[in-house]
Amino acid sequence: MDLFVSMFAATIVAATPLIFAALGELVVEKSGVLNLGIEGMMLVGAAFGVWAHFAGLPMTVALAAAVLAGAASSLLFGVLALTFMTNQYAAGLALAIFGTGVSAFIGRGFGSTPVDAIQPVHLPGLSDIPVIGEMFFQYDPLVYLSFVLFGIVSWFLYRTKAGLALRAIGESPDSAHAIGYEVIRIRYMAVMFGGAMAGLGGAYLSLVYTPLWVENMTAGRGWIALALVVFAAWRPIRVVLGAWLFGGMTILQLQGQAIGLNVPSELLSALPYLATIAVLVLISRNRQAMALDFPISLARPFRPKG
Amino acid sequence: MTPRLELRGISKSYPGVIANDDISLSVLPGEIHAVLGENGAGKSTLMKIIYGATPADRGQIVCDGKILPEHGPAISRELGIEMVYQHFALFESITVVENIALSMPGKMDLKRLAVRIRDVSERYGLPIDPDRLVLSLSVGERQRVEIVRCLLRQPKLLILDEPTSVLTPQAVRTLFKTLRQLAAEGCSILYISHKLDEVRELCHSATVLRGGKVTGETDPRQATSAELARMMVGSDLPEMTVDPSELSHLPLLAVNNLSMASETATGTSLKSVNLEAYGGEIVGIAGVSGNGQGELAAAISGEKITSAAEDIILEGRAVGHLNAGRRRDLGLGFVPEERLGRGAVPPYELSENALLTAHRLGMVKHGMANRRKARDFASAVIEKYKVKASGPNAKAHGLSGGNLQKFIMGREIELAPKVLLVSQPTWGVDVGAAAFVRQTLIDLSRSGKAVIVISEELEELFEICDRLYVICNGELSPPLYRAETNIEEVGLLMTGTGPTCAASEEQMESIRHAV
Repeated sequence: MDLFVSMFAATIVAATPLIFAALGELVVEKSGVLNLGIEGMMLVGAAFGVWAHFAGLPMTVALAAAVLAGAASSLLFGVLALTFMTNQYAAGLALAIFGTGVSAFIGRGFGSTPVDAIQPVHLPGLSDIPVIGEMFFQYDPLVYLSFVLFGIVSWFLYRTKAGLALRAIGESPDSAHAIGYEVIRIRYMAVMFGGAMAGLGGAYLSLVYTPLWVENMTAGRGWIALALVVFAAWRPIRVVLGAWLFGGMTILQLQGQAIGLNVPSELLSALPYLATIAVLVLISRNRQAMALDFPISLARPFRPKG
Repeated sequence: MTPRLELRGISKSYPGVIANDDISLSVLPGEIHAVLGENGAGKSTLMKIIYGATPADRGQIVCDGKILPEHGPAISRELGIEMVYQHFALFESITVVENIALSMPGKMDLKRLAVRIRDVSERYGLPIDPDRLVLSLSVGERQRVEIVRCLLRQPKLLILDEPTSVLTPQAVRTLFKTLRQLAAEGCSILYISHKLDEVRELCHSATVLRGGKVTGETDPRQATSAELARMMVGSDLPEMTVDPSELSHLPLLAVNNLSMASETATGTSLKSVNLEAYGGEIVGIAGVSGNGQGELAAAISGEKITSAAEDIILEGRAVGHLNAGRRRDLGLGFVPEERLGRGAVPPYELSENALLTAHRLGMVKHGMANRRKARDFASAVIEKYKVKASGPNAKAHGLSGGNLQKFIMGREIELAPKVLLVSQPTWGVDVGAAAFVRQTLIDLSRSGKAVIVISEELEELFEICDRLYVICNGELSPPLYRAETNIEEVGLLMTGTGPTCAASEEQMESIRHAV
């Protein structure tokens, strides 16, 4: 029982950076833009968060710095892919590599110096309930923030006109342009939101989860977040469920090694990707679902006519 | 009365073409004004200028007596100018009401908007369900959504671009009723079309364009179709010659009880389709788009292989199990409806496109293409079929729709097929080229070949076909002889209310109403 409770709590925490990054990417992809550079943006966020922290700034400011850094790095992709209409795959990969390099540069000197991590909040009464309290009410504020952001993203996409317009642009930018929406501007905003969320996810790793700066500390989480969006078939709720699944997989893998489970860890690490491929195959067979949730114009540059 | 809209000397040129040359016209409030012309006559450019999507080089646009100093789609909307596009700007993954909400100003209130949509659609006889996904709507229903979207903004001038090309004759009548009602309420309508009969039936006045110039202004109710056609084409249309013909003893192509489940949620399943085409005749397949035409064409051509070989018999030979290439080897020609991307590879030269199917004429040896032979073949096709192209090196996407169609048709006919299946032979093809294409089909059939034409244009089918089938919801009607049937009967079959299709009493009632 204790093991289950601690694994449950560990899963939630491990899933949090994935939720941030994948929710951001979901919004980007819903607008019809594919930004492969999440890994790079997360690292930039992680490095700038640590940098701000060691510059003596309060934690909230450090987080804000990470968010801004993520958004700024996404602009690099935005200018290439949206203004200059380059190939989005290439621009995204460039951002992934660039972000890795820049973060390593920023992070020089902070290497392996522990950070005073953001601590779990103690909710009087709630946190002290046995089992329930440990499972649900002993997290750091960012975990709760990830839930709030999930709510906001869902509400935005499915309840607001702006969200409707964003989804419409993801389906047919030409039609959206024809009825008067500024496709490029809206896509820029989506891309920057994605960058900000990736930056936040990165900062969660360096300021809460690990908590210190290590070069390349995201260790592929940016790519998992990317896979997660596909795995979720572009639905916010499935992004969260998928993040828990993938987070659980990571924890299971660690626990498995600890108790000497005889499964190669490389195989377990590959599981999320295998699951993603399986889901891709399954959903692409269901054309109705594809037509409803899949942003048809994904990764296609938009060139306004006339 | 002050005209709702007046154009004074509008000119617009693109590199190499003068799309509009000194065009003037005026539309009164409550007037239905036709803009007639062939494809390429400059109608679309003119409409874009009126709507503000493209600026004119010269000329003035006067709206309600005031000269517009500048123009754009936003200004159009302010002035109450709305446009129903030929290719709808609808999003499939969201509902009707969400689609309409996207183009309404201000805050979004889907519930109230849905009520307003129901109101307007009832008032103008355009039934649509606001909560349905656009994905599940037929083309005709989508057009209604577009029109309702415009009506919700209470337009003063409504522009319709070829609105009937996707409708059944009954739906056309319903649309005309709506348009007349709108006009009676004072809304001006610009009706762009190349269909003379419709213009004569509906419109109060007409401006005819040819080569970017106004070639005539007339009251279409007084003018004859021949007069209008002359203004459009510049000369009298060649008369179609349809000689009686002798049929082959056995059908060259037979489809036997073919059933095929649809692969997609939005596709149509074919249900026990029986069809025969004899040498010496043209067989037409009429129907509203999306009733299984695509599936039937794929099954006959071999793009989709059917379960049993005996489903499809080509000259007495079971070919249902053979792929498209093998069927072509056996003498089945196919001209698909999408010219760019399926009938031809857009960025390829005509000679390369010729190679794609005409390689059967010895253009490939040991896996190597003989480019000179391909070029010669392409040149021959260009000459024989009067294709306007710079030569065999011209890129396919550089040709106009009509010219590319002539080229593809020529390429297939030069392969001497025994059976030629043609889908939408004259879609987006100008009147002159369409007449040529039709005559070519007639000549081919009269030389003893079987020709099958899938078309949504009833007039065309009635002009060239000897027998007609009607496809509705994946079912094919028994054959109708052209001489013994009429547009009314075929139209009813198209809506699934003919004698062969079971229809509810309610449906019949609404059809009777529409007719």
